[in-house]
Amino acid sequence: MDGSFILAHVPDYLSGAWVTLRFGLYGVICAMVLGLLCCLLRYFRIPVLQRIAGGYIELARNTPLLVQLFFLYAGLPRVGIRFSAEACAVIGLTFLGGAYMAEAFRSGLESVDRAQVEAGECIGLTRGQNIRYVIFPQALATAAPALFANVIFLIKETSVFSVLAMMDLMNVADTLRTSGGRTVEVLFMLVVAYLLILLPVSALATLVERRLRYAGFGNQHSV
Amino acid sequence: MSETILEVRDIHKSFDGPGVLRGVSLEIREGEVVVIVGPSGCGKSTLLRCINGLETIDSGEIRLRGEVISGRTRDLHLVRQKIGMVFQSYDLFPHMKVMDNLQLGPVRALGRPKAEVEREALEMLERVGLRDKAQALPRTLSGGQKQRVALVRAMMMHPEILLLDEITAALDPEMVSEVLNVVIDLASGGMTMAIVTHEMRFAEAVADRVLFLEEGVILEEGSPEQFFHEPKTERARRFLQSFTYAARRNRDGIQPKNNPGD
Repeated sequence: MDGSFILAHVPDYLSGAWVTLRFGLYGVICAMVLGLLCCLLRYFRIPVLQRIAGGYIELARNTPLLVQLFFLYAGLPRVGIRFSAEACAVIGLTFLGGAYMAEAFRSGLESVDRAQVEAGECIGLTRGQNIRYVIFPQALATAAPALFANVIFLIKETSVFSVLAMMDLMNVADTLRTSGGRTVEVLFMLVVAYLLILLPVSALATLVERRLRYAGFGNQHSV
Repeated sequence: MSETILEVRDIHKSFDGPGVLRGVSLEIREGEVVVIVGPSGCGKSTLLRCINGLETIDSGEIRLRGEVISGRTRDLHLVRQKIGMVFQSYDLFPHMKVMDNLQLGPVRALGRPKAEVEREALEMLERVGLRDKAQALPRTLSGGQKQRVALVRAMMMHPEILLLDEITAALDPEMVSEVLNVVIDLASGGMTMAIVTHEMRFAEAVADRVLFLEEGVILEEGSPEQFFHEPKTERARRFLQSFTYAARRNRDGIQPKNNPGD
């Protein structure tokens, strides 16, 4: 491996990593908001809207992100709707991630014991208060591993952004490889770059999950 | 004569299949402690759950201080603020410290100032012997301690009436009395209660009136002295007998084995 080649191209990878991380995070945050919204529409069984949320979740989970991005970037302009590449990236990632986040939130909400819901009702909380103070905190604890898995999944999915001609990590590496031909060095740096971004996220996930376990959710009937 | 707090008139309730409650009526006056006993599956728990709207009733009427509370859906939480309920499984909020469990209802549902509620919560914890557990998480408490906290949590709402649904059924035997003593203390303080229990000696100790429920109807009603010692119906007599052991093991003729020297 050529060390001087690697050193010379660190700045390229840094700027690629910045694009990956920035748009990945925008997507993750928007996906969480959308996912939570969809999940609540279904949880509260809001007429019509819960159906739309359900249909959207199936659509988003059963089509590839690449196809979704093509649709946004190449399909919509044909009917006069045009977004920038960056907007397409965030919308696409939100569209895909929202469905996965909704399912993660749902698994958390469903895991909360029915008796907890009733206990909240019995002290006279409104439905909203019950969700906010009693149900949701416990649901979040259960959903945390799935939510973190989705975050990591979505950040990895940003590698598809290269089809939008965005200079993310994947595209930086691809450009270097096709112009210079140093395939081994280029791909080695690509792998390292993704690891440097995602390993801290994994570590954070482990830390949070362990803390939640220590806090002792669920299983309160033992002792 | 004190005022009627709760009035249940001819309520019916069925899930899929035969009726669980088949025309139950009862009245509970202020400060009165009514104990409901009966074989499992007789509808005792369902009756309590119908009273605070955890189950809807098929027909009949329930009134709290004269006001109809059955059939409501929109402002059910306002009704429940006046009816305390404690379950067999404690159901403390596991993610909150004891103090937060106690404050949630009064502060969020009733909008009372936090400092005042905290002071009251500490007094109540003192009364049940758990003042030092205010900052503990529920999972660190024993079953008996959890159930005492659950009782305090219900009392913090200053309910008109307290419904207790087999609150000692999940406890180890040595923890039963620490919980029931709290209930007796509350009863002595004038708390109106409807209690479902299998602890017959406790029922006799705490009740002003006993209802015997079987197959969804009240078969018998009376003072604890009368019900436990001279039940009027054969069904009640048989039910009460199931808490004693008629047969005794015959130990005659059993010799100790380990003393061949005698």
